[in-house]
Amino acid sequence: MATPVMDKVEAESAASPYITVTFRVRRFNPEVSAEATWEDFQLEIDPKERVLDGLHKIKWDLDGTLTFRRSCAHGICGSDAMRINGRNRLACKTLIKDINPEKPITVEPIKGLTVLKDLVVDMEPFFQAYRDVMPFLVTTGNEPTRERLQSAEDRERFDDTTKCILCAACTSSCPVFWNDGQYFGPAAIVNAHRFIFDSRDEAGEQRLEILNDKDGVWRCRTTFNCTDACPRGIEVTKAIQEVKRALITRRF
Amino acid sequence: MKIHKYDTVIVGAGGAGMRAAIESTKRSRTAVLTKLYPTRSHTGAAQGGMAAALANVEEDNWEWHTFDTIKGGDYLVDQDAAEILAKEAIDSVLDLEKMGLPFNRTPNGTIDQRRFGGHSRNHGEAPVRRSCYAADRTGHMILQTLYQNCVKEGVEFFNEFYVLDQLITEVDGVKRSAGVVAYELATGEIHIFQAKAVIYASGGCGKFFRVTSNAHTLTGDGQAAVYRRGLPLEDMEFFQFHPTGIWRMGILLTEGARGEGGILRNKDGERFMEKYAPVMKDLASRDVVSRSIYTEIREGRGCGPEGDHVYLDLTHLPPEQLDAKLPDITEFARTYLGIEPYTDPIPIQPTAHYAMGGIPTNVEGEVLADNTTVVPGLYAAGEVACVSVHGANRLGTNSLLDINVFGKRAGIAAAEYSAKHDYVELPENPAELVVEQVERLRNSTGTERVAEIRRELQDTMDANVMVFRTEQTIKTAVEKIGELRERYRNVAIQDKGKRFNTDLLEAIELGNLLDLAEVMAISALARKESRGGHYREDYPNRDDVNFMRHTMAYREVGDDGTETVRLDYKPVVQTRYQPMERKY
Ligand SMILES: Cc1cc2nc3c(=O)[nH]c(=O)nc-3n(C[C@H](O)[C@H](O)[C@H](O)COP(=O)(O)OP(=O)(O)OC[C@H]3O[C@@H](n4cnc5c(N)ncnc54)[C@H](O)[C@@H]3O)c2cc1C
Ligand code: FES
Repeated sequence: MATPVMDKVEAESAASPYITVTFRVRRFNPEVSAEATWEDFQLEIDPKERVLDGLHKIKWDLDGTLTFRRSCAHGICGSDAMRINGRNRLACKTLIKDINPEKPITVEPIKGLTVLKDLVVDMEPFFQAYRDVMPFLVTTGNEPTRERLQSAEDRERFDDTTKCILCAACTSSCPVFWNDGQYFGPAAIVNAHRFIFDSRDEAGEQRLEILNDKDGVWRCRTTFNCTDACPRGIEVTKAIQEVKRALITRRF
Repeated sequence: MKIHKYDTVIVGAGGAGMRAAIESTKRSRTAVLTKLYPTRSHTGAAQGGMAAALANVEEDNWEWHTFDTIKGGDYLVDQDAAEILAKEAIDSVLDLEKMGLPFNRTPNGTIDQRRFGGHSRNHGEAPVRRSCYAADRTGHMILQTLYQNCVKEGVEFFNEFYVLDQLITEVDGVKRSAGVVAYELATGEIHIFQAKAVIYASGGCGKFFRVTSNAHTLTGDGQAAVYRRGLPLEDMEFFQFHPTGIWRMGILLTEGARGEGGILRNKDGERFMEKYAPVMKDLASRDVVSRSIYTEIREGRGCGPEGDHVYLDLTHLPPEQLDAKLPDITEFARTYLGIEPYTDPIPIQPTAHYAMGGIPTNVEGEVLADNTTVVPGLYAAGEVACVSVHGANRLGTNSLLDINVFGKRAGIAAAEYSAKHDYVELPENPAELVVEQVERLRNSTGTERVAEIRRELQDTMDANVMVFRTEQTIKTAVEKIGELRERYRNVAIQDKGKRFNTDLLEAIELGNLLDLAEVMAISALARKESRGGHYREDYPNRDDVNFMRHTMAYREVGDDGTETVRLDYKPVVQTRYQPMERKY
């Protein structure tokens, strides 16, 4: 059973793993000052740990005022999207070793949403855009007594977009959204896609009309930032393209 | 301070809270208070599936499911409740499908089902395919689907509101629920929610362990709030240690991995579960598998330089099957361990996973003030509650079921209650306790740090009240918890502000964990037998004569202000199944 990879994992864990890194964190607290500033923290950390572990070390041992959201710590709940070294990621899914720990690691709030304190932003506009696309199954007629049937292929058709955890990494990486907060943004379109392409749903036309709006899907300029940012690996740009195509052909 | 009035208030927006909200919003003016945005709740982390005897892929029925649940719970399950769970399972899965949940499908388009630990055909003959699933993201899909339907129903949420106290008013000698006190994270403002009915759906308390599958936010706030108001907690000594957490991190790798054919192996490559559970093997119930893993480790057959873990081997499964059925957990192995599960086994160890105990309720979700009396207007459902359908050990896939069946029941019952009753008067100065707690922490000049006390708490819990317990280890834990509770009085925070003060909330959450850890350890000390998740090396057998009963723990405050835990016991409801020895 001793395989090469396992030996590697175990050999690594035997040596002292700690390295010193600098976290350069964007701080903002309007109770204290109207200005946002950068603050550096030095910490000892195992490079196999997460950026979230680093933030916890700061909060728990150095500066209790550092404020960020988090819950699950393994990339499922969508609480801790932030800009790490200039890219949107989940702090709990980003290992120190993967982001060049020799240089200071910059951590800032995601862009395009109002910063409330340190890394915490106002998520309301984001969730409002989500709610606006009717993100729920709509059906008509009598309910069947058993489950609705759906073929495995029909189920597969929208599988990718069911993975969304509403972390806002995609929407807040989108230059169109930065310039105009009225734009629905990729996450809302992804969640519309999830229902438009669900064979059981009957409100595809309505959702397409919503996204046909001036702040809708046509604002997308296909920069692929969203796809790169998605921590769930959803092909966001592709989903948006499919919605655009459905709007033109009215076939979905 | 703001005062709000609602017919029904729900505390928590995980699976149980939102399932309740969908019902109660249709019937009464409802507010859902949640410390996390609903979609951040830990229900979203559930992977494997939700049990229901749909019989879509092979013969099955709810009676077999009832039996498995009772046997899995080592006969501490209330059998009337288990029967409801298994019967209503079928509709609750169909409800979710109709709400839009994208289940995996069989070739003929029905909901697909797979095997899971402890679920069997015909009372233990062989594993049965009973778990309805959506890849290894079933909890995510349930949470999303319920939130989507809450949006559809226009459920009113108060996001990032922490409920910190339960208000109780005595009317004619009867304790009645008057509402709750909440702290608004964004502003630091304190809110009173007066309500005719309150439902706790605030989840588990696994964060008193270090190696755990639970989120940072699972700190038992709901359990602690009612306990501090003199209401009992049931069966808190029963905590489930899931066999397959990622080594050292505790991140869960679903039992579905073994349901799909994954095998546990020791350092010699031996499939050791064949020794401990000849029929169900790797799919024996969780307590059995976790103990087997630790037995292997203790007897020197653990893996790695320190021999402190074993392997979950998926390498014999086709990559396409892993991609289709277990995409998330294989990604966890790649992300957090740098391991490719197609070709290499994954290092795992048992991880603290699920609280079987909690706020005692009857099958309508009504909270009990003692063995028989209900607290009018107070309800609980989900992991925070103890109905008890899980007894001494919960079967995999029965919790996602529990939150749906009993979330729905509590939502309906609470709304019907609020339709028929008036508000109970608020106690005088209702915010007193919370104001005092918040001010004390904010103004404290003490020297103790929250993180340090929490670390020491988690260390003692992992070392002393995990998979194996003895009188000695539990006493060590009790003593340590006592010391930490003492030091907690002297805890100080650095953030003195009002805005998003998570420093303050972490301190309050730690206080809750300390209270509950004490209840757990003291309940465990008194239970001198081994049953389900509670294993005493000094009492390795189940003792039905003395301990076929639920523990009920109460907080007592002496005249001098000293707090103690008083234990009482409640009979188990047994209907048709006589206790038998549990073999897999
Ligand atoms: C990793 C993992 C995998 C699992 N897999 C499965 C599985 O495959 N099948 C299965 O059946 N079970 C599984 N379980 C168990 C199951 O997921 C949980 O027991 C269940 O989801 C709990 O749901 P809940 O609604 O009770 O609580 P949660 O989903 O935890 O929700 C709790 C809610 O309460 C709120 N809250 C907490 N405290 C407060 C407060 N003070 N004030 C206001 N709001 C508060 C939170 O914001 C949250 O909304 C798994 C558990 C874990 C951890
Ligand atoms: S903390 Fe849940 S996604 Fe990172």
